[in-house]
Amino acid sequence: MHIDPRKCVACGNCLAVCPVSAIYIDSVIRRATVNLDECVECYACHNRMSKEDLNPTLVRTIRGFFKLLRIRFDPEPDVCPTSAFAPQKLAWPRSIRQAFSDPCVPHESTGVYGRGTEEVKTNDVTNRVGPGEVGFTVEFGRPAVGARFREVQAVTMALARIGATFEKNNPVTALMPDPTTGAINPEILDEKVLSAIVEVKTPEALLPAVLRTVEEVSATLNTVVSVGVAVRCDGDGENRVEKALAGEGYPVFRGKTNLGLGRLTNPEAQAKTAGAAAPAGR
Amino acid sequence: MTNTLHRYGPPESFRDDFIVFIRNSNGRNDVGSIPKLKEFLRTALRHRPVTISQYRFGSTVRPADHLNPRIHWTRPVQDLTAEQIIEAITKDHTVGAIFDSEAAMEAFLREVKAADWGLSVNVAGLTAPVHACAKRAGIVRHSVEYSLGFQGALDRLPERPVLELSTMCGHSMLSPNLARKMLEWVREGRRTPEQAAAYLGRFCSCGIFNPARAVRLLEAAQGGNG
Repeated sequence: MHIDPRKCVACGNCLAVCPVSAIYIDSVIRRATVNLDECVECYACHNRMSKEDLNPTLVRTIRGFFKLLRIRFDPEPDVCPTSAFAPQKLAWPRSIRQAFSDPCVPHESTGVYGRGTEEVKTNDVTNRVGPGEVGFTVEFGRPAVGARFREVQAVTMALARIGATFEKNNPVTALMPDPTTGAINPEILDEKVLSAIVEVKTPEALLPAVLRTVEEVSATLNTVVSVGVAVRCDGDGENRVEKALAGEGYPVFRGKTNLGLGRLTNPEAQAKTAGAAAPAGR
Repeated sequence: MTNTLHRYGPPESFRDDFIVFIRNSNGRNDVGSIPKLKEFLRTALRHRPVTISQYRFGSTVRPADHLNPRIHWTRPVQDLTAEQIIEAITKDHTVGAIFDSEAAMEAFLREVKAADWGLSVNVAGLTAPVHACAKRAGIVRHSVEYSLGFQGALDRLPERPVLELSTMCGHSMLSPNLARKMLEWVREGRRTPEQAAAYLGRFCSCGIFNPARAVRLLEAAQGGNG
């Protein structure tokens, strides 16, 4: 992201809205400026701030006059008064930042908006996490810290070593030349993103090993890691994993519940499973 | 909406935070899904959600281009009506409704089950009450994804009131610095909690920011507890 110094009036509104604190007022040019190494190209400033089209010279004059009188104008905090943000065309490998940071941009690799895939949200029709299996979403950089792919790779390689299988449709997996190693394309290792989600699936027996691995490697990183554990429920809506996690001291009070109301309705999808005559069931 | 998974706070902080969302799976049940998404939201409105949302579009608060400068004195706390959000559904994105009470959510789930749209419906929130409400509505949950919280460089995270607000946009588009600024502005009496919640909500591009929970958290700051 770039801020046009001819338009910027250094009101400072955008400093607070940057999730990774990459915008600052340059004391020499007296304009808001983006630290491009820290900027994750999430476009929160450009897309989520409202905009006015005021004349920069007029705004600077008024602000200067008020400042002289020690009068503080109390403007709306989410408005750029002069529409000073100027997005630039991003080239590889920097373009990967926006793909993983701006939720309004689809990943070229998956075509899916956002940072992960359908995960457990459509498990009732995809049967992605089956009975006796555990799905993990390991997210790096969120909330508001950001992560470099080098840090992501530290965990993915450790997970590969214990036999975890990476979700093939996940955007991070698409960046691995050989997913069995967990190694990520070296061209992007120093790129910083707002968040990257790694998805793996293992048999239930591997649950403790995966959690221990993620925890151990995370402790060595300079970013934040959040872990989600997805499981199938039995015919009564119960599962063993919840109790096991609680027993290990993990918080399991909050989560996402798939109610199991989905089914195959597309004629082609129904035809494909005509032999089974039923959607992926419980 | 993975972004609904890792909200921050102790269990009691989520007593008014239940996000019910519906989505299709490409190639499996996406044909003809748009009218179903609209019907889902219209059904939700009968149960008085705190807001409704459409992925990539947002909720009833959203940023605007070419604002008139008078907006600094006349800005409403709501930019769009619920009907405008529904009418704006032109693609089969995820849509959702946020409830601040278990009773309203349960009543809604009963109607969702009866409607039988064939799309995947999920609820993000406290797992035990969601499980209980679903059971009473005659629904047996299929799968659950648990949030195990944060680990790693926790010293880089902001303080609790800020995190409680900022993690309501799970895509992390809502900056902790802005959340902190709004807590301070409310404490200073420069804005009401409702106004501050609207500013924050505009940064959540999926519209799953819960304004009712935000107002409660901001009111705590008003009393010096934030």
